[in-house]
Amino acid sequence: MAEHSVNQGRRRFLTATTTVVGGVGVAFLAAPFLKSWQPSARAQAAGAPVQIDISRLEQGQLIIMSWRGLPVWVFRRSPEMLQALPSLDGNLRDPESRNSDQQPAYAANPHRAIRPEIAVYVGICTHLGCSPTFVPELTPQPFDADWKGGFFCPCHKSRFDLAGRVYSGVPAPTNLPVPPHRFITDTLIEVGVDPEGAA
Amino acid sequence: MAASPNPATPPAKGLVGWIEQRLPIFSFTRAHTSEYYAPKNFNLWYYFGSLALLVLVNQIVTGIFLTMHFKPSAAEAFGSVEYIMRDVDWGWLIRYMHSTGASLFFVVVYLHMFRGLMYGSYKKPRELLWVIGMFIYLALMAEAFLGYVLPWGQMSGWGAQVIISLFGAIPGIGEALVEFIRGDYLISDATLNRFFALHVIALPLVLLLLVVLHLGALHTVGSNNPDGVEIKKGPVGNRWSADAPADGIPFHPYYTVKDLVGVGFFLMIAAFIIFFEPTFGGMFLEKDNFVPYDPLVTPEHIVPVWYFTPYYAMLRVVPDKLLGVIVMFAAIAVLFLLPWLDRSPVRSWRYRGGLYKLALGIFALSFVWLGKIGGGPGTDPVETQIGRLLTVLYFGFFVFLFVYTHFGFEKTRPVPERVTTHD
Repeated sequence: MAEHSVNQGRRRFLTATTTVVGGVGVAFLAAPFLKSWQPSARAQAAGAPVQIDISRLEQGQLIIMSWRGLPVWVFRRSPEMLQALPSLDGNLRDPESRNSDQQPAYAANPHRAIRPEIAVYVGICTHLGCSPTFVPELTPQPFDADWKGGFFCPCHKSRFDLAGRVYSGVPAPTNLPVPPHRFITDTLIEVGVDPEGAA
Repeated sequence: MAASPNPATPPAKGLVGWIEQRLPIFSFTRAHTSEYYAPKNFNLWYYFGSLALLVLVNQIVTGIFLTMHFKPSAAEAFGSVEYIMRDVDWGWLIRYMHSTGASLFFVVVYLHMFRGLMYGSYKKPRELLWVIGMFIYLALMAEAFLGYVLPWGQMSGWGAQVIISLFGAIPGIGEALVEFIRGDYLISDATLNRFFALHVIALPLVLLLLVVLHLGALHTVGSNNPDGVEIKKGPVGNRWSADAPADGIPFHPYYTVKDLVGVGFFLMIAAFIIFFEPTFGGMFLEKDNFVPYDPLVTPEHIVPVWYFTPYYAMLRVVPDKLLGVIVMFAAIAVLFLLPWLDRSPVRSWRYRGGLYKLALGIFALSFVWLGKIGGGPGTDPVETQIGRLLTVLYFGFFVFLFVYTHFGFEKTRPVPERVTTHD
């Protein structure tokens, strides 16, 4: 072997094809490592839908359940509470639930619920994550002389009405989220699953 | 000659030049890749160094991801490994890559070491290179042992029990030392927790440092080759450099491309094991380790993983506790002395005396056969006698080597001036 003539074209082709095949291999290899960071089967099982029986839930009563580690409020609104809701529209930031991130389409209505009397909200203030206090009385409060019932966040004084709608002029930017939920029977709610047929 | 593939690199401008003037990483990288001249006659045996590096990277990456899910406590360790296998997305793959990688690490390291024996790669001026390599082997054995304890199965616990008890054979301080290593009066949570820290932090740092030193020493003295010819002492000047050895070729691209072929074959074998036979019939992952550690019941058939079995066999066939431990550790220690025991001026077995080849063959056979005995039940008295003979042959190799070469019994053949495949 004396002089070697180099076929640059072939060399470039081989380099390129080797690089592409190697790159595909690296991408395939990286996928399992990235996917191992996803919630594991155990975490998914822990985050599975949860059911709650509301047959003994009284008017004005609220129960807190845990779904994926979040406090989920389920409460029954009285007719007076429901009647008071429209009167607040002028004081609210998003009275008509236009922000579609905060509730599924089936809860984008004046009372933000599937059934007007049963409210289901994620009880986490949309400001910085505290869980607001339930203040159901339709009576004047130290923080609001014209209070029509709702939630008051102890951390940064954000206020929400009994449909989880945020007041104007408070730090919280959006309404309380409505989790996906459905009625299995009249008195059994499942949180974490949309109603059949709903998006 | 047509366009040269590696034109001399002009001084870099722009950002590269700016960095280069302040930190010469680009010229450093070149000096160790495209301007590191390795002998042109490397054969199949020269794959195993780069493959060992590949496996090291695999162990580090998969190990990092395993620590994200593993719980280093006696109460949770076994369960968390099962959790990785069943509940973590692709956790089974990451764990099998790690466990298979551990065994394949020893496969490539043993072949890499045997290559050194065949071609005399430990001889002057590469004595320190060999010694650093031996330290890597030691660190690797410690790392493998510690890692095997972590899943907290029956073999983990009882393996730890046996290995730690070896230190109890040291007269006087033995029992106190054993208690110190365990951090308890028995193999316990404290032991597991410290073994975890050593396995994931301390020893990997040591291993990485040793690998850097190993490569640094290699690139200082240059690579040996199957002919054992010192290319730096041969003619000078090749297509890429006027003052590089004539029989050298740039490591990059020539050996990077060659090694990629080896990597391809190696990964095919590794993938086959990982996907189809991850326990390797109980050799890579022993069956008893799928049972949680029970400090009250020893498994019936307790042996270490295959890569420790030759030494384990020596321990078992010596009928004395302290002496057995000494023999076992001496079997490793004597390898450190190899560069000074072998006085032959000829490196490669291609030109060495016939008795050297025979002795090396017997040595390798003894090691493998001892491994087979060490992995067996150890109840056959005939096998124990064979094991004793093989232990004598193992150490006999080093005695023979010294006598054969020091007193001039070896009849070597003339070593060629240049590597045999130069053009």
